[in-house]
Amino acid sequence: METITLTINDIAVEIDKGATILDAAKKIGIRIPTLCHHDDLCAAGNCRVCVVEQKGARTLQASCVVPAAEGMQIYTNSRKVREARKTVIELLLSEHAGECTSCYKSGNCELQGLAQEYLACGDAFIDISDKSPIDISSPSIIKDDSKCIRCLRCVRTCAELQGVSALWSTHKGNKTKVETFLNKPMHYVVCTNCGQCVNRCPTGALTERNYIEEVWRAIDDPEKHVVVQTAPAVRVGLGEALGMGSGGVVTGKMVSALKRLGFDSVLDTDFTADLTIMEEGTELLARLKSALQGRKSATFPMMTSCSPGWIKFIEHEFPSLLDNLSTCKSPQQMFGALAKTYYAEKIGVDPAKMVSVSVMPCTAKKFEANRPEMYSSGFKDVDYVLTTRELAHMIRQAGLNFADLEDGKFDSIMGESTGAAVIFGATGGVMEAALRTAYEIVTGREVPFKNLNIEPVRGMEGVKAAGIKVENVKDEWKFLEGAELKVAVAHGLVNARKVMQEAEKGMSPYHFVEIMACPGGCIGGGGQPIPTSPAIRLKRAEAIYEADEALPLRKSHENPEIAAIYREFLGEPLGHKSHELLHTHYTPRNRT
Amino acid sequence: MNSDEKAKRLRGLQEKVNLIFREIDCIELLERAIKEDPETIIQKIIDSGLRGRGGAGFPAGLKWKGAKEAAGGIKYVVCNADEGEPGTFKDRRILDEQTDKVITGMAICAHAVNATEGSIYLRGEYNFLLSKLSAKCNTWNTIFKDKGLVFKVGVKSGSGAYVCGEETALFESMEGKRGEPRNKPPFPVIAGYMDEPTVINNVETLAYAAMIIADGPESFKAIGTKDSMGGKVFSISGDASVKGIFELPLGMNLQEFVDLFGDDDTKAVQVGGSSGVCVPRKNFADTIIGFEGVPTGGSMMLFNSTRSMYHVLENYLEFFEEESCGQCTPCRAGCQQLLKGIEAVRSGEKPLSYIEKLRDLAQVMSVASKCGLGQSLVNPFNSITRYFREEICY
Ligand SMILES: Cc1cc2nc3c(=O)[nH]c(=O)nc-3n(C[C@H](O)[C@H](O)[C@H](O)COP(=O)(O)O)c2cc1C
Ligand code: SF4
Repeated sequence: METITLTINDIAVEIDKGATILDAAKKIGIRIPTLCHHDDLCAAGNCRVCVVEQKGARTLQASCVVPAAEGMQIYTNSRKVREARKTVIELLLSEHAGECTSCYKSGNCELQGLAQEYLACGDAFIDISDKSPIDISSPSIIKDDSKCIRCLRCVRTCAELQGVSALWSTHKGNKTKVETFLNKPMHYVVCTNCGQCVNRCPTGALTERNYIEEVWRAIDDPEKHVVVQTAPAVRVGLGEALGMGSGGVVTGKMVSALKRLGFDSVLDTDFTADLTIMEEGTELLARLKSALQGRKSATFPMMTSCSPGWIKFIEHEFPSLLDNLSTCKSPQQMFGALAKTYYAEKIGVDPAKMVSVSVMPCTAKKFEANRPEMYSSGFKDVDYVLTTRELAHMIRQAGLNFADLEDGKFDSIMGESTGAAVIFGATGGVMEAALRTAYEIVTGREVPFKNLNIEPVRGMEGVKAAGIKVENVKDEWKFLEGAELKVAVAHGLVNARKVMQEAEKGMSPYHFVEIMACPGGCIGGGGQPIPTSPAIRLKRAEAIYEADEALPLRKSHENPEIAAIYREFLGEPLGHKSHELLHTHYTPRNRT
Repeated sequence: MNSDEKAKRLRGLQEKVNLIFREIDCIELLERAIKEDPETIIQKIIDSGLRGRGGAGFPAGLKWKGAKEAAGGIKYVVCNADEGEPGTFKDRRILDEQTDKVITGMAICAHAVNATEGSIYLRGEYNFLLSKLSAKCNTWNTIFKDKGLVFKVGVKSGSGAYVCGEETALFESMEGKRGEPRNKPPFPVIAGYMDEPTVINNVETLAYAAMIIADGPESFKAIGTKDSMGGKVFSISGDASVKGIFELPLGMNLQEFVDLFGDDDTKAVQVGGSSGVCVPRKNFADTIIGFEGVPTGGSMMLFNSTRSMYHVLENYLEFFEEESCGQCTPCRAGCQQLLKGIEAVRSGEKPLSYIEKLRDLAQVMSVASKCGLGQSLVNPFNSITRYFREEICY
């Protein structure tokens, strides 16, 4: 690789050709502030916070986009630079309705941080913030244009990572705005509620719709029995939001915190993740059976249905392929339906007095919980969905010193789970869990991967494909003898689209496809701690696989509570009761 | 000077240049040009001292040389006919009356840099020229074929935003995207239209290039000054005794200019449109019209003592507030602040000293904005608030 040498603040630095001034500065430990820049997105060079002085150049250079060049002399902290940056920040503040004392993002707002750093004055200039009403149409995402600073991270996220483009930069000049199609409310456009934009918004312009107050009210109500479930990815994210650095597994502390907050039953979505594997694995085998025995036609590839952002995406973009989706509800909704039936019965609580709360790494789950199909218990199956961030907020409100909490244990029943469920949190995890179980059902042997780790479906590649040969099968699965099960895993909706376009043309070679709306899977979900970056997601994923290996049980079908629920309540996978409570249907939507 | 003397003197100056509107045999010129080798052509353009007439004044020959040397599959020549600068209306007439010359300029450029496709990006409001220009392009495409020049030229209609005249925003617009300036580098000669090496020149630059190849660089060089060689087509408007389009040598001083075009009561000349500087009467004699003094894309607006310079400035700022593409902070928010700011000072909501803050802001915009639009606002703002301060705050 060709390298070039430049000086930054008179310090020589050698760096690969093509690197930006910002990269070069980073290399020698000089921090240049940025706002519109994001590690996940294409460079924009819009906010101009990162400007630096180049000796001999008339104008300042936006260090995030200008390539380092041989012999360049750069100054990152000259008077000219400091004055320009401060002015730029003050201009941004003039566009931004400053409500720092009451803003939900306060404390985790990049603009606030910069303003503080540069001692910028909030009213240096005249208030020109947008006065349009806050868009609260969506159950997942709140859009407050008065706080938007037009960095366009959300627009780039929606286009580049998700290929959805629900948000776009519209108009010009003083009317420049981030808008949906025809500026319709968020709830009425192609937005998938994935919340990736929320994860990257540097201010409070895009936030999750929070249900913190509603949940406190339920907890405080002595009449109510409040059940809480926690998704796999929350346990590798929560610590981050509470100042513990990224990548740790904090399951035990999380459980203790939930108990201290006053939830009556602290249970685990991982339990229904295991259940999902039983239902979905059986569904896959049933589809394969009809296809291979040629009696009935079956639709392939079968696609996972755990990710509600992905579900809304396919409903909008590929409504003709809804039959490809597994009919399984997501683990959250399976849990909700069982909480107010099976669990309520077991512990003798009137389901009408039960409030079911979930803690999710996800904003789309809020939308999902509100879908009209999600009342199979006779009540709203999941009453409130909190993100990882909202839970962290409640923990702070309650004054808990999270890092020092003892490790607690989930309540029983519906608190037991396996490593297979934990890995649902990372891209490829559902696939891996499904294969661990399905392969064993069919052959009676463990999957032929060292330590049960199915490496080909792990990692951050956008689309991963793998094949697994099924040999020496049990008698009842004879029709599968010698078949190669072809699978694919996609995460991030741009990657989902690639797989779907193949399927739309009838060219998909796969039997089973896992799709997660968010980059990295749920660990990178729209409800996870902010900031996010490829490096942070990698750490969270590593933590997920660590948690898996640390568990005594690592295959869903070995979960004793799963065996019990089939024995005592559900009967068998895909049975009558399952259909009633655990499966669903989908709604075709249009593209506007 | 009485009006006869003025007219005579004006004629004299025009005759001294007389390049853009002089009729020549363009087919013959093309035949001749494509027999010369590209290096020679480029050297002639360099020798002539021709600098871009669209406003920025980049040496045309160097631009061509850069594109020639750039590695790329297809190369393009784009004629910038977006002519959006308030007070500029000369490209329209050049394109209308001298279409052949402009297209010949593009073809010569194509030959010199080895470009195979050309486009005229036509300001949306000039769509009445569209059918005529398309027909001309077809005719010329046949000629190119006959003469063995691998080059095709066409017209693209713009869609209205001022910023689309900025070269990289223009490419975005041509590619069907939102018209927003790109980050530079890379510059257009390396990665322009479709990310391929592209020469983009103003209409007038291309017409001059054709004339330089027709007459040789020497006669062009002989006009104007050391830093501002050749002629320039001016669009003269405002409180002028004579208005319209005139081709004159570069390098006159503003006093000479005002003597010819003023109404004996000129208090200021806005040179270079709304993004240029405003020169007050007391500086006329010391101000050269050209790259060593005040450069202009052609717009010369004269104001007499009946005009309020506050309103002039307000008008410009209203224009920029809307026409900023809106992507970069200093320009998007800065334009609004400058406008709101002078209004607030005028109404007394802000103290007079706020003008100083605004002048500092304009200075920051000039170094921190992404493109020439935001960068050049300092020109009108700081010149008008400096020379006509009493008209802004009172
Ligand atoms: C905001 C803005 C608007 C511009 N509009 C025009 C225009 O209308 N016509 C033009 O020729 N150049 C315009 N330019 C200059 C072009 O970016 C570019 O410099 C020019 O087309 C190069 O041609 P030249 O070297 O022949 O002048 C504009 C620049 C800016 C920053
Ligand atoms: S300076 Fe103005 S016109 Fe140019 S990129 Fe920035 S906002 Fe757009």
